[in-house]
Amino acid sequence: MRDVAVVSFAQAPSVRREPDRNEVEILMPVVREARERSGLRKDEIDFICSGSTDYLAGQSFAFVAGLDAVGAWPPIAESHVEMDGAWALYEAWVKIQTGSANAALVYGFGKPSMGDLPEVLALQLDPYLLTPLWPDAVSLAALQARLCLEGGVVSERAMAEIAVRDRGNAKANAFAQVKGDFEAAKLLAEPYLVDPLRKHDCAPISDGAAAMVIAAGDVARRVCRRPAWITGFAHVAEPQDLGVRDLTRSRSTELAAEKAGALKGRVEVAEIAAPFTHQTLLVERALGLGRDVAVNPSGGALAANPVMAAGLIRIGEAARRIHDGAARAVAHATSGPCLQQNLVCVLEG
Amino acid sequence: MTTARAAQGSLTAPHKLDYTYKRSTGPVLGRFFGGLRDGRILGVRRADGRVLVPPKEYDPDTGEALSELVEVAPTGTVVSWAWVARPREKQPLGRPFAYALVRLDGAETPMLHAVDAGEPSRMRTGLRVRARFAAERGAGVRDLEAFEPADGAPVEPGWPRPLAEADLPEPVELLRIPVKLDYLYSAGQAATRFLRAMAEGRLLGQRCPVDGKVYFPTRGACPEHGVPTEGEPVDVKDRGTIVSFSIVRVPSENLAVELPFAAINVLLDGADTTFTHVLSEAKLEDVHMGMRVQAVWLPREAWTASMRNIKYFKPSGEPDAPFESYEAHL
Repeated sequence: MRDVAVVSFAQAPSVRREPDRNEVEILMPVVREARERSGLRKDEIDFICSGSTDYLAGQSFAFVAGLDAVGAWPPIAESHVEMDGAWALYEAWVKIQTGSANAALVYGFGKPSMGDLPEVLALQLDPYLLTPLWPDAVSLAALQARLCLEGGVVSERAMAEIAVRDRGNAKANAFAQVKGDFEAAKLLAEPYLVDPLRKHDCAPISDGAAAMVIAAGDVARRVCRRPAWITGFAHVAEPQDLGVRDLTRSRSTELAAEKAGALKGRVEVAEIAAPFTHQTLLVERALGLGRDVAVNPSGGALAANPVMAAGLIRIGEAARRIHDGAARAVAHATSGPCLQQNLVCVLEG
Repeated sequence: MTTARAAQGSLTAPHKLDYTYKRSTGPVLGRFFGGLRDGRILGVRRADGRVLVPPKEYDPDTGEALSELVEVAPTGTVVSWAWVARPREKQPLGRPFAYALVRLDGAETPMLHAVDAGEPSRMRTGLRVRARFAAERGAGVRDLEAFEPADGAPVEPGWPRPLAEADLPEPVELLRIPVKLDYLYSAGQAATRFLRAMAEGRLLGQRCPVDGKVYFPTRGACPEHGVPTEGEPVDVKDRGTIVSFSIVRVPSENLAVELPFAAINVLLDGADTTFTHVLSEAKLEDVHMGMRVQAVWLPREAWTASMRNIKYFKPSGEPDAPFESYEAHL
């Protein structure tokens, strides 16, 4: 295995609705910042990979416009995943492992404010059996939450406390969207949004983008004072049909954490991309995090959730802690309904 | 995109996505949908005897191919539910309802569908429900209109029932599944500036700060260098040179021009990038590379913030442009 590290990261502030800029205009300054901070020349970055979904804009091949932000002439080696940028990072990491690249620019972006995101997400479901019923993403998460609540796996109180923690942590994060001091008791007095979920149980809908540069061994050491080495990286998917899954635990997170070796050393920081409070609890459990771990110091996806960038941002936030001196961090990203697919990335200083 | 309007700086326009996918169902789901059409619900038996509903082509645990279809009861039990107080337009019921995971009698796995319970107080985990089929069927999973509460309906024994070849429903082989989504598309800063200038009859290009190339129309970035095309916009002329063309003889939806016509790639005077438009007022056999053309605009009072202000291009009558002037754009 080649040593590969995160050498720079940049993100746009997450906002409910970006009124002026289109996706490329949101992305451009973020890509530029990640590139400049990397200390690498444009021609030293020999692979580019992005994550986005065309259904957010309702246009086929909408992701191609994103290339305007990176400069694609003379022709570049480039790829795209119809997933969160965290999976684009995985592809870039594999590309570097194969020896066919030494440094990569990875970005993810989403501007869901142009449509009805919970409805758009119904298009990631089984197109024969589920999409025609148009179950929105919040309703599906609510089905899972009830199973967890009635199964005694989580409580509404514990879910509210996750919201309080993450929104409180987000106060220190200039890029976060939902932040501040809240009390669990007051949150629990709010009405249900989709019974049994309340508004605080759901991540906000966010427009945003993030970009990252990763580099192999010597390149990373040359340009970065303290590279955030990717020492474990794995992702695992569960079946598409909710009915055949155990929705009260995140088996795929458990497997990904095991494959990535997340628990082979003390975890100082964990960043979790689960967009619902009960899912955050399930992922924390699946990762086997101890009480001494700082979970979601950025506020996590519950404080800012630009779809297709939120997972990459978790990895970027974890890398930032390593750059700042932390020894070991774990970042999580998710895709699909009810934590269907999960990715775990271990970073070390 | 239809008419654009201003909102908080950026121009926005409604954008409708409207596709009807034609999906082949295959041998397993085809029978399942055939069953729904006939008012029956089918599952598939796994090697260990347990029954998956809806049926799968492959065992999700072992990957083994599955084919032994069985029938399960139209009654079942709610395993989990979520109350939808404000249904969206495309959702199964026009009044508040529950999405639920329902385990039908005889099935191992629950299936997702709607429960028409009227009010949330009637919903609970463990609620007995019964399938209600739509009056008109053959449309797939929505042939099962919804489940409705069937309090006290006993768990009937005898399910699942084996199906002999002769008992299998005729398959539904093709489903038409509409996907309609509404967007409010926002143009962004550069395109907004461009379209607002169009409304005044001006054609705005933008310069790349690295090499000075003028992009028209601009999206706000130099795609070559990946930098914003900041700085003062550049006025581009409404006349230029045909760099390439093709004669279009194939009809297509949303095409406002009569067939056949010439689609032209034009290099406008003052721009360094080409764009595509339509040539009219010319004999098709006369169209050629290097031909000079000029824009024909809609009447001024019809101008909006839209590319459509230019109806088409027509020959300007000027002598041909020398090949070298557009060679780099071929």
